[in-house]
Amino acid sequence: MSVIAVRKDPEKLTLTIEAEFDAPIESIWQLWADPRKLERWWGPPTYPATVTKHDLTPGGRVEYHMTGPEGDQPGGYWDIVEVEPPRRILLRDSACAADGTPNMDLPTNTIRVGIEEITPGRTRMLIEIEFPSIEAMEKTIAMGTDEGLRQAVGQVDAILAQETVQR
Amino acid sequence: MKQAPPDVDRVFAALADHTRRDIVRRAIRGEEGILDLAGHYSMSFAAVQKHVAVLERAGLITKQRIGRRKIVRTNLEALLVVRRLLDQFEEQWRGRIDRMDKLVAETAARVVETKGRKR
Repeated sequence: MSVIAVRKDPEKLTLTIEAEFDAPIESIWQLWADPRKLERWWGPPTYPATVTKHDLTPGGRVEYHMTGPEGDQPGGYWDIVEVEPPRRILLRDSACAADGTPNMDLPTNTIRVGIEEITPGRTRMLIEIEFPSIEAMEKTIAMGTDEGLRQAVGQVDAILAQETVQR
Repeated sequence: MKQAPPDVDRVFAALADHTRRDIVRRAIRGEEGILDLAGHYSMSFAAVQKHVAVLERAGLITKQRIGRRKIVRTNLEALLVVRRLLDQFEEQWRGRIDRMDKLVAETAARVVETKGRKR
């Protein structure tokens, strides 16, 4: 089990995930730094990701799109704010159309990645995702990232049902 | 007692402020009135009162009368809506980390194989 802790802060709208891997720090860094590796974990099997631009330097951009079972291609890009190989990345993840036009309707989430060696060959990774708003969380979930999508639909239904009952 | 339903847009706007998040945290215990709450901050009573009003409109807190006192209490239901959304993201990232784990294991296996071949 590589996920060892998950913290959710509903007031600050952040999700923090701590994971440990039996791998040296450089291998974990490469998951982010190598676009061919990145595209193998970013999208779920039903929405594989293709990384079309990968400039992991401060001020640089990483651009990607995913391809869904119906041929739909939700896209996105990271604006890289800070990078300190092999241990730290601060990026802002935004959505865009398949042709790269920014999708202003979808929110920008902030992702902080911290990687550290526990012992040689064992590495800890901390990922913190900060959402600008609850609306942002809902939209990101609904954005064709299969995992959670089905649940998200049920979720929205549940919220609406709940509101109806209470009114 | 009637509680305002959580309005997602308003909840988001209300939670965007640090003082209001702090009020939500303090009001979980449901022991303090606005005057007590105002004592925790350097701002005026009126300013705290305004923050409380924003939270109340968002359905995040309610005011309850207990005897002669009016206490402010967090509506946990509204906070739970946010928590459930965070659960969805947890699932998404757990999936990503599982894939990372497999990828790392695969890479390690290939290194061993390559090394073996060199010998």
